[in-house]
Amino acid sequence: MTRTARTGAGAEAGAEARTDARTALVELSDVSKHYGAVRALHGVSLEVHAGEITCVLGDNGAGKSTLIKIIAGLHQHGGGVLRVEGEETRLASPREALDRGIATVHQDLAVVGLMPVWRNFFLGSEPRKGAGPFKRLDVDLMRRTTREGMLRMGIDLRDVDQPIGTLSGGERQCVAIARAVHFGAKVLVLDEPTAALGVKQSGTVLKYVAAARDEGLGVVFITHNPHHAYLVGDRFVLLKRGAMAGNHTRDAITLEELTRQMAGGSELDDLRHELRRS
Amino acid sequence: MSATLERASDERILQTSPLRRLLTRPELGSVVGAIAVLVFFSLAADGFLRASSLSTVLYASSAIGIMAVPVALLMIGGEFDLSAGVLVTSSALVSSMFSYQMTADVWVGVGVSLLVTLAIGALNGYVLTRTGLPSFIVTLGTFLMLTGANLGLTKLIDGTVSTKTIADMEGFPAAHAVFASTLTVGGVGFKVTILWWLGLVAVATWILLRTRTGNWIFAVGGNKDAARAVGVPVTRTKIGLYMGVALGAWISGQHLLFSFDAVQSGEGVGNELIYIIAAVIGGCLITGGYGSAIGSAVGALLFGMTSKGIVFAEWNPDWFKFFLGAMLLLATLLNTWVRKRAEATK
Repeated sequence: MTRTARTGAGAEAGAEARTDARTALVELSDVSKHYGAVRALHGVSLEVHAGEITCVLGDNGAGKSTLIKIIAGLHQHGGGVLRVEGEETRLASPREALDRGIATVHQDLAVVGLMPVWRNFFLGSEPRKGAGPFKRLDVDLMRRTTREGMLRMGIDLRDVDQPIGTLSGGERQCVAIARAVHFGAKVLVLDEPTAALGVKQSGTVLKYVAAARDEGLGVVFITHNPHHAYLVGDRFVLLKRGAMAGNHTRDAITLEELTRQMAGGSELDDLRHELRRS
Repeated sequence: MSATLERASDERILQTSPLRRLLTRPELGSVVGAIAVLVFFSLAADGFLRASSLSTVLYASSAIGIMAVPVALLMIGGEFDLSAGVLVTSSALVSSMFSYQMTADVWVGVGVSLLVTLAIGALNGYVLTRTGLPSFIVTLGTFLMLTGANLGLTKLIDGTVSTKTIADMEGFPAAHAVFASTLTVGGVGFKVTILWWLGLVAVATWILLRTRTGNWIFAVGGNKDAARAVGVPVTRTKIGLYMGVALGAWISGQHLLFSFDAVQSGEGVGNELIYIIAAVIGGCLITGGYGSAIGSAVGALLFGMTSKGIVFAEWNPDWFKFFLGAMLLLATLLNTWVRKRAEATK
C-alpha cells in the first residue's frame, strides 16, 4: 500500500506540481448541473490520473450520483468543463463514454442477474466469429476470457455458466470491475461498490479496486465511508449539498480530518466516540 | 490469451454435474409435462399413438407454435403482445383484400401483407419504447384497434364479415403450396406448417443462444437499465422483437388464408393468450430475462396433444380449457421450483 507517488513532501506544493506534470485522464472543472429548479451540482472540480484512485465522498443527496452520471455519459453537465485526456468534451451517451475508455460500475445496475457470468462479462461488446448469416458469438473465447479476467482480479470461478445473480455482492462487483479492465478502460468509475457489503466483502472489493489501480487505471471511487476511501484513495473530493466541501491529496489530510470533514461539526463528537471504540 | 488457462477452464466446465446442467434448462418443466400428457392420452385414448393422430396433433401444435416462438422471444425480452392473435387475422385480411381489390397476383398481396404486418409490429415496439408505457396497455390498445379495424374495414370493403374468395386468382396454387399444403410421408399427410414451425424454432434458438442479438434479448428482459448502461441498444432490440411477432403473425395469417380461400374477419381474438400460455409452460419467465424457443415449442406441443387427445379420448371438449389452466399452473410451479433449485449456489 506504500507507493512512491504517495509519499510526497510539502503537501500542497507537491500535489500542485504533480498535477501540472501530466494530463489528467478525466478532469472536471467548475462543473454544475440543474434538474429543473433543483441545483444538483455546483462548481465541482476533480481530476483522475492513471494509476491513482480519486475518492468522491459525500452524504446522501450530496450530488455523488449526479457526478457519476455526468462522467458515465448518462446525463450531460450544464456549466463548467469536462475534459477527457485533456480534450474538452461532452459525453452524449454511456456508449460514447465507454468508447472513450470510461467504464462505470453502477451500484444496482452492474449486471443482469439471470444471465450466466460469461454472457454478462461481454454484454454490449460481444466478440463474434464467422460471416454473413452465420456470424455468431465466439462462445469459447468468451468463456475462457471471463475466467482469465476473473483470475487476474484474484477470483477463481467455479463455473462461468452460473447465473451471475448467484454470486455474492462482492463477486458481482468484481465481475464488473474485471470486465472494465478487460475492455481496456482507462478510467473506472465505481458507484458505492462497498455500500451494501459486509466488512469482509468490502475488504475483497477494495483489493480489486487496488488491483485495477495497479493495472494502471484511473479510478473514481464514490463512497460515503471515509474509512474505505482512506484505505485506497490518493485524492479526496468532498461533496456537500451539491457543492465542493474539500479537495485534498492523501499527503494533505489524515483519516481523522477526512472523517471530521465528512461528518461536520455537531455530529463530530458522537463519531469520534465511535471511532475510538473501533 | 494463454493456452494454459484454456485447458484449466475446460477442466472446470467438465466438472459441472450433467444433472445440474439439465436442471438449469428452462424447458425442463414443459418436457416433463409433455411426457406425462403423452403417456396419459396414449393410455386414455385409443389410437392416440397412430401416425395419423400424430399428424393431427402436430398440425394443431404448429398452428400455435409458429406464434409461440416469437411471443416467447418477446417475453424473454420482457414484454407482452396482446395484439398477436388478431394481428394474424389482420395479416390474412390485408393479403386477401389487396389481391382481390387490385386483381393482382396473390403474391403481391402476400408481400403487401408482410410489409403492413411488420409495420404494425414496429409501431407496437415504437410506441412502447417511446412512451415507456407498460406493454400490457400499449398492445391492449393495438389489440382493440385491430379487432375493430378487421371487422370495420372488411365490412366497408367487402360488405360482409368475410373476404371474397381468391381461389381462382393467379398465384393461388403456389401460395397454397408454400403456406398450406400437405406433405405425404409414409402414407400419412403432414401439414407444411409443421416445417415452418420447426424452422422458426431452430432459427430462434440459434439467435437466442449463439448471436449477439440473443444476448441482448436476454439482457433487455432481465435488466433493462443494466443493459442500456453497458451499451446494449434496448430500443432497437425491443422493436425488433415486436417485428418478430409480426413475422410470425404473417406466416400464420397466410396459412389461414391459403388453407381456405377466404378469411373471417372476427377470428383470432383470444389466441394471444394461448401463445403466451405456450411460452410460459415452456419455461419463459413472465417477468422476462429467462426462457427458450424450444420450451415454447414443447408448450405448443402440450397444447396440441391436450386439445386433440381429449377428442381422441371422446371426452367433452368443454373440458379442454380446464386442462389447459391446470397445466399452466402446474408447469409454472414446476418451473419456479426447478429454477430455484438450479440457482442455489452449492
